[in-house]
Amino acid sequence: MQIGIPLESLPDETRVAATPKTVAQLIKLGYSVAVETGAGSKAAYPDDEYAAAGAEVVGRATAWACDVVCKINPPTDPEIAAMSEGATLISLIAAPRSPELLAQLAERNLTVLAMDSVPRISRAQSLDVISSMANIAGYRAVIEAAAAFGSFFTGQVTAAGKVPPAKVFVSGAGVAGLAAVGTARALGAIVRATDVRAEVAEQVESMGADFVAVEAGEQQQSSDGYAKEASEAYAEAAARMYAEQAKEVDIIITTALIPGKPAPRLITEEMVASMKPGSVIVDMAAVNGGNVAGSVPDQLVVTPNGVKIIGYTDLAGRLPTQASQLFATNIVNLMKLITPGKDGLIVLDMNDVVQRGVTVVSAGQVTWPPPPVSVSAAPSAAPAAAVAAKEPKPPRDPRVTYGVLGLCGAALLALFWASPVGLLGHFMVFMLAVVIGYYVIGNVSHSLHTPLMSVTNAISGIIVVGSLLGLREADSSAAIVVLSVCGILLASVNVFGGFTVTHRMLKMFRRG
Amino acid sequence: MSISLLQGSFIIAGLLFILALAGLSKHETSKRGNVLGAIGMGLALVFTILGTVLGTGSGIWNNAAPKWAIAAILIAMLIGAAFGVFKALRVEMTGMPELIALFHSFVGLTAVLVGWNSYLEPGHADKLHYGELFVGIFIGAVTFTGSIIAYLKLSGKMKSAPLTLPHHNVLNLGALVVFLGLTVWFVLLGPAHHVGGSGAPIGLILISAMTLVSLALGLHLVASIGGGDMPVVVSMLNSYSGWAAAAAGFTLDNDLLIITGALVGSSGAYLSYIMCKAMNRSFISVIAGGFGSDGAVVGEAQDLGEHRETTAVEVADLLKNASSVIITPGYGMAVAQAQGPVADLTSKLRALGVEVRFGIHPVAGRLPGHMNVLLAEAKVPYDIVLEMDEINDDFESTDVVLVIGANDTVNPAALDDPTSPIAGMPVLEVWKANTVVVFKRSMNTGYAGVQNPLFFKDNAVMLFGDAKDRVEDIIKAL
Repeated sequence: MQIGIPLESLPDETRVAATPKTVAQLIKLGYSVAVETGAGSKAAYPDDEYAAAGAEVVGRATAWACDVVCKINPPTDPEIAAMSEGATLISLIAAPRSPELLAQLAERNLTVLAMDSVPRISRAQSLDVISSMANIAGYRAVIEAAAAFGSFFTGQVTAAGKVPPAKVFVSGAGVAGLAAVGTARALGAIVRATDVRAEVAEQVESMGADFVAVEAGEQQQSSDGYAKEASEAYAEAAARMYAEQAKEVDIIITTALIPGKPAPRLITEEMVASMKPGSVIVDMAAVNGGNVAGSVPDQLVVTPNGVKIIGYTDLAGRLPTQASQLFATNIVNLMKLITPGKDGLIVLDMNDVVQRGVTVVSAGQVTWPPPPVSVSAAPSAAPAAAVAAKEPKPPRDPRVTYGVLGLCGAALLALFWASPVGLLGHFMVFMLAVVIGYYVIGNVSHSLHTPLMSVTNAISGIIVVGSLLGLREADSSAAIVVLSVCGILLASVNVFGGFTVTHRMLKMFRRG
Repeated sequence: MSISLLQGSFIIAGLLFILALAGLSKHETSKRGNVLGAIGMGLALVFTILGTVLGTGSGIWNNAAPKWAIAAILIAMLIGAAFGVFKALRVEMTGMPELIALFHSFVGLTAVLVGWNSYLEPGHADKLHYGELFVGIFIGAVTFTGSIIAYLKLSGKMKSAPLTLPHHNVLNLGALVVFLGLTVWFVLLGPAHHVGGSGAPIGLILISAMTLVSLALGLHLVASIGGGDMPVVVSMLNSYSGWAAAAAGFTLDNDLLIITGALVGSSGAYLSYIMCKAMNRSFISVIAGGFGSDGAVVGEAQDLGEHRETTAVEVADLLKNASSVIITPGYGMAVAQAQGPVADLTSKLRALGVEVRFGIHPVAGRLPGHMNVLLAEAKVPYDIVLEMDEINDDFESTDVVLVIGANDTVNPAALDDPTSPIAGMPVLEVWKANTVVVFKRSMNTGYAGVQNPLFFKDNAVMLFGDAKDRVEDIIKAL
């Protein structure tokens, strides 16, 4: 099948759905690739590089007429019209917000795979464009803030005086938030971050930032009647925390998004007003209504008190080369998944949750929304019963232990009482040897256990002494001679074989 | 020759044996330990032969053996030595468990012969001696037949599934009771059992019956233990062979035999203990046999999701881009004879700057420490071969784990699922790594018959086929 890579028609779009590198990967999967002239020019991928990677550079109509069309943004009406009947489209769709678009696509008998509908399970991470774009956006948000900020991020001591480091506060520690934390840290700022999920504190701290938790006292009262009040108390505590941070920090980056709902308002007008002049806020949720009062999508707004609020919605697109590469790689990973034969033919497996999830239109049928993804390998109900059965044994009463030991001692003493002195001497030797053996073997490294066994094989051949002893009576019975000689023979096998094989093994062990 | 000189040589030999085992505790001193053991053995042999041929003029050694006996001794030793050295030089390292089991059986059989010899010899008056004699033959006989069965199972000449006779525990206990009864009878019979004495026929019947019962017990004991428990069985038999030598020492009033036997006996017991701990099983349950016959109900009928397959080329890509790799081999690697290619892969990756290490579970292989010997043979340096406890914390920071021929030892169910038959067994926590590649011939369950949820984890991929071929494919793709 042929994959078409058209030039993006949105005026501000800089990205492209395939790079020369991914073109080569697509060809390896058995596809041929047609790239529209100039498709990658804004992302610094010239046409001749595509050609060198094996793609055909074609006109607009040809690119759109391919069996498969990969692009970034949802298609426009003329674009849909340009597609051939029954073709496959791979792009962002925003399925929950665009039922009309889905109907339109279905009418043209297309199959549509929405890159923004990848189920968020770990297996599908390699095709999740939301994550890969969020990562870039988080990075770019810090860069935009730094560009708009009038001072250093890092602290310095210079001949012209001491410069304090900038303080950055990141709200929301998802992919974008963590990328922002890492970038700000790398620029030398003091970074704090918060998130409603307390369990991400560890990730934040691992990036070198401080986690600021919301101190809500009543939070532990979570029985039904108090749930709402608790969340109100929580919101209050969160607001207090944001107000405090706003006064202190130079840069605020907000990333809070709730799927399918307008973005939560985190930073109020008063908080913005309380910030130092020259401070910068980047509202990464501006497109969904904004986390910050006064943010305008795609605009840099300066408030009366000199705070800059950045509401750019194309943060990822501002890194066109990198964003195109990651987006295109996500597409390649999807193609790998749906091209099991590596023969350039798409085979959609609707039983696979990932493929089912991305497919929003299948051969003219709208298949969105997909059935909810079941969490993998849910534990069966059985374990609970068994846990009860496997209760740990209560520790034994020490008196019982001492009692048993005492009884054993008494029994041994009685046995020894009845034994001849000569035997007791042997017993002493035996007992000491057992104890020595236990401690000596306890020190043997695990890796030498096989040589240990073969050397004990060899030394237990010492039983040959018993057979040798038998030969003293050689004159009295032929049976004794036969038994002794057999014994000597067998034990010698052990003695000589055991030491030889041990030596052979030990010779093999060598240091790196 | 003076009896003191002979005993003195035994003391030195005993000391050298202890030093030999102590030397084996570290790689650096292990070769010296083996040499010290050989010197001790040489010393003891030379002095014992001299003492036997020359006589010591006092004590139990007062008789000198006839002159022709020296020829018999030397010929027997030469044949034995030739066979032993031949076997030792020819054995494949994968065949070590069989060889060791075979050697155990020789010690056991020799102990039986020494016991019978002692019975045939005239001149012992004290009753306790008869008891010692019986104990010696009993342990020797159990070791002998037990080891033979272990040998046959390990070498695949007998199927390794456990033999489950009805009431097998009762059979074992019954054999013990019969042994005790025969012993008491024999001791009470007293010196009359000697050849030519009034009770000679009964004595001969008693000792023969006891020997047969012991042989049967050894046979049944090991036959009812399955193949995967063999590491425990082999170290247990190692222990028995020691106790057999010690018992022979008591019968013959010989401290060197007692010391050596006790050393070997406690060594084997300690190894069995480690193995049991590593499988989270009690020693008694292993001996009682029949693993899986009672707990096999669970482990099926659980839908664990789907596994994903990968190719050698993809794995090669993964490895090239990794910075740290851990390989966890199991017995399957030895079966596929993949240790050579695995070692090649290791050196290739190390040359590319990838940190490669091995994680060895205590019960991997069919013998304690078996995997280490196999890897050493393939020229993998021993300082990158780590034990489970040393490496378990490092999986989290590892990019790729290659699971080659291991199954139960990397099964997360041992920790997560209290109903699993292997619950509580310490395992290599491979699933914490970024990616786990599992080399497997098919989706069959491991020895314990337990399904492995590892294969269905999101970060696990399966590479099906013969481990040796697949590893070679990866090397080619690198």
